[in-house]
Amino acid sequence: MSEFVIEAANVGMTLGGGAAQVRALKEVSLSLRGGELTLLMGPSGSGKTTLLSVLGCMLTPTHGTVRVGGKSTDGASPEDLAKLRRDHVGFVFQSYHLFPTLTAADNVRLALDVRGEHGAAAKVKSGDALAKVGLSHKVTAYPRELSGGEQQRVAIARAIVANPSVILADEPTAALDGENGQAIMAILAGIAKDRAHGVLVVTHDPRLLPFADRIIHIEDGNIVGEEPGGTKLQ
Amino acid sequence: MPLVLTLAIRNLFHDRLRCIATVIGIVFSIVLVTVQLGLYLGFGRMVTTMVDHASADLWIMPRGTKCFEDPSLLDARKRYRALSVDGVAEAVPVVIGFADWRMPDGATTPVFVIGSDLRSGGLHPWNLVEGGIGSLAIPNAVAVDKSYLQRLGISGMGARAEIRRRAIQVAAITNGIRSFTTTPYVFMDVDRARAYTGIAASKATYLLVRVTAKSHIEQVRRRLLSSLSDVEVLTPKEFRGRSRSFWLFGTGAGAALFAGALLGVIVGTVIVAQTLYSSTKDHLNEFATLRAIGSSSAYIHKVIVCQALLSAIIGFGFAALIGAAIAYITAATALPIVLTPGLIIGLFLLTIVMCVASAIAAIVQVTRIDPAMVFTR
Repeated sequence: MSEFVIEAANVGMTLGGGAAQVRALKEVSLSLRGGELTLLMGPSGSGKTTLLSVLGCMLTPTHGTVRVGGKSTDGASPEDLAKLRRDHVGFVFQSYHLFPTLTAADNVRLALDVRGEHGAAAKVKSGDALAKVGLSHKVTAYPRELSGGEQQRVAIARAIVANPSVILADEPTAALDGENGQAIMAILAGIAKDRAHGVLVVTHDPRLLPFADRIIHIEDGNIVGEEPGGTKLQ
Repeated sequence: MPLVLTLAIRNLFHDRLRCIATVIGIVFSIVLVTVQLGLYLGFGRMVTTMVDHASADLWIMPRGTKCFEDPSLLDARKRYRALSVDGVAEAVPVVIGFADWRMPDGATTPVFVIGSDLRSGGLHPWNLVEGGIGSLAIPNAVAVDKSYLQRLGISGMGARAEIRRRAIQVAAITNGIRSFTTTPYVFMDVDRARAYTGIAASKATYLLVRVTAKSHIEQVRRRLLSSLSDVEVLTPKEFRGRSRSFWLFGTGAGAALFAGALLGVIVGTVIVAQTLYSSTKDHLNEFATLRAIGSSSAYIHKVIVCQALLSAIIGFGFAALIGAAIAYITAATALPIVLTPGLIIGLFLLTIVMCVASAIAAIVQVTRIDPAMVFTR
């Protein structure tokens, strides 16, 4: 059995204040294991992105505990949270968030640079990461010269290059056509085959269900159901 | 090249128009500061040019003398008492004063007469391009600078004019002895200078002392002070400082120059701060992405500071070229803008400090960035 890469227990998150206060998460408990691709599904406003932010150490929960790579986020400062993200988490965003002025290789290398990895070794690693997503031939291309699918693959290379224990992907296929979406999910599923990596994909696209090892449903800030992956395929 | 630097360069040059605006802002600011401080240095040199070129270890002057041009007089007989002081090799009287120069066509213009003992040195004209010190020994002989020939209404060597209705003849011509007051200097023998300025033969403006080879200047000064009454005895360095202090700060000219320089720094800082701030705002999404993928605040600050430093280096490069051109153009004027290696280094450091300080607003903005915003954009 693989170890948990993320554990959240009784996590609650209140956003805003006064009359505009919203309980975005209510007593959410969830664990992600290495070697698994988990889909987090739910309607808009159900708390998916908030949960992703909490699990990705971008927000600290109002209450409850989150452990990433075995380390608790309790009382962590913004710099401590950044270090946790640096050491344990890779992100893939819906709108890629690549740096338009950097080449594909430099975009990937950036994830190493912020970790203090520079020089030739970093260049080799970024080249390897791009090769893993099938973009060896686009190393020197700028984001504007890449298709949406290619840009998302560069973003995945950036997420995996530092070998994080968990990849968190926010609607990674939402901006892509069906074919590119499937290709991206295939890459993420391939990453999750390695027991060292857990992958959590936030989506409401049912076409991604075949790639899931586990599916978690969230509604109104609560986890309302969990099922093993593949069942919807049958 | 480090990726931080690559990112800073790309951010800086991504919007070329803004980059040009930033550089122009820095250039104007630094050129303004260069001109103000160069003028300060040039003015400082001009007001001490006579002290710089005098052959003296000590200056004896009436108590309270404020600057070289101060017309206060002392009793010339003090010279003999000074000569009797142990360690004094020479005490040369110098007389200065304003007078009217009447041109051959009858028009008049003020001149500043400087008279010194031609036999014993003291304060002689320098940079002679025609004639020599010996030529000034002939009756009515004076030396003037070639830059003032037109102003004095004369053509050159041998020209005749009048000072206080006494005939004079140009017997030597100098090059580059210009007055910051724009009043031409006229050099002559000390006795003639007294006559031309109406100063009594028993009076002098200064006594320029040279000490004997083995004497200690400070000890000679103490002995002179105890031997002479109602005088001050200053080293050339002290007299330079006093003259500068009077002209630069006693008149407010220095304060005005410094105020101009300060204004330049403020304008430059605001321009760079504004452009860096708006550049950072434009790249906020990228900085949030950096933060989201785990970069420390220090890493992001490095990118912004690198942008500021690049702006500073480019801006200073252009400003230094313009400053050098201005210094070259004004070199022969009455008030040259002087650039020294120290000033250039100081201006470079000032540019760096100004640009890095300008980055603070952008850094504060980035420090408050919420990495979770990448999910909503």
